[in-house]
Amino acid sequence: MIARLTGLLGREMALAYRQKSELIQPLIFFVLVISLFPLGVGPGPQMLQKIAPGVIWVAVLLSSLLGMERLFRDDFSDGWLEQMMLSGLPLYAVVLVKVTAHWLTCVLPLLLISPLLALFLNLTPEMYVALLCSLLVGTPLLSLVGATGVALTLGLQRGGVLLSLLLLPLFIPLLIFATSAVDAASMQLPYNGQLAIIGALLLLALALTPVATAHALKISQN
Amino acid sequence: MWKWLHPYAKTERAFALCSKLLPWCWGGAALGLAIGLVWGLAFAPADYQQGDSFRIIYLHVPSAILSMGAYSGMAIAAFIGLVWQIRSADMAVAAIAPVGAVVTFVALFTGAAWGKPMWGTWWVWDARLTSELILLFLYLGVMALYQSFEDKQQGAKAAGILALVGVVNLPIIHYSVEWWNTLHQGATITKFGKPSIAPEMLWPLLISIVGLGLLVAALSLYRLQSEMIRREMHRPWVQAMYRQQEGQ
Repeated sequence: MIARLTGLLGREMALAYRQKSELIQPLIFFVLVISLFPLGVGPGPQMLQKIAPGVIWVAVLLSSLLGMERLFRDDFSDGWLEQMMLSGLPLYAVVLVKVTAHWLTCVLPLLLISPLLALFLNLTPEMYVALLCSLLVGTPLLSLVGATGVALTLGLQRGGVLLSLLLLPLFIPLLIFATSAVDAASMQLPYNGQLAIIGALLLLALALTPVATAHALKISQN
Repeated sequence: MWKWLHPYAKTERAFALCSKLLPWCWGGAALGLAIGLVWGLAFAPADYQQGDSFRIIYLHVPSAILSMGAYSGMAIAAFIGLVWQIRSADMAVAAIAPVGAVVTFVALFTGAAWGKPMWGTWWVWDARLTSELILLFLYLGVMALYQSFEDKQQGAKAAGILALVGVVNLPIIHYSVEWWNTLHQGATITKFGKPSIAPEMLWPLLISIVGLGLLVAALSLYRLQSEMIRREMHRPWVQAMYRQQEGQ
């Protein structure tokens, strides 16, 4: 089973690699949203530093919503998902593999360009480290919960706006703890507590969301 | 549990149960709200600090409690629908959501109207206000998801899963915003040992909570019945029922 699942992961990565534009567009959106804020609120470095954690995390949430749709949509429309359900592989494991692949291809690039944001928004090194840590722990949570939302709206023609309506309220705790970690870092305070809570949320999501997602996928098939 | 639930898997039986419960709920709601609100709004003593404006508590606290209560009811229905695959429970999710959303809105609105004279502002980003607002968003999400599906049976199942995901998230959201910012006063009447509210103010409050709870139950049952009729319009039992009504 492990071999089949790693094969699946390879397939996902290859597919993502061949649709580069779909991966790059959310990334450009992310940078664009971030660069709108200095234009909107003024370029004062103090001000930018103050709003940076919130701005970055909101931009992460929005751009991850954009890329989220491709998690299951193509597989649903070409029947691959149905085959997977018949294949005898546990569906939650398939879901986990897909979420992992999605995180590696859609979210990891966000982390890779994050030094750019540190420059744009005048982050101090401590803040940047905290931001990176919160992104590292927080974004897998985003992908896991997002997968459930995508699976729920899969059978619908116009799922896009609805998806954000369902998911954004669920992301609020993550937003609160992540931004407060970066805020704490900006005041030279320890932020392990916030990271630990995000980690706990991640573990909870890791245990529960694949099952919920698998069930939602089954509903979308009938 | 299964033995007890099993008969109500048949929509017909669930419909009959609703019809049996409805008059009690309507009656209790009318009685409870009439006594609770009149006693609270007209006869209970005024607050020594807030004067008469504290009386909005008789609307605000019941609706706030019921906004949570309706959500738990919805989540329980969703759980039953998910585990035992009972269709009427799925319908109940769809039936409760709008009622809960309205109650949540009432709680937010009365809270804002109370906040204006007391805190000097309509809205503050306080923990309880924020989590109530998010609760409203969750209700709206469940409703929106249900309405987007052409196939209502599929929609009700999807809405049920979302309600369950939301119920896992609710305590997390609640504690996260609490930790984030708090201005709202602490709970007053949950301290059962020694409530920090005078008994002559407490009694009308408790009665109006029960009254509003029954009203929410009655509205949900009523909506559930309409949902059943709408969805099973072509089934023999619905047609037989209407033929009987026309005959009378």
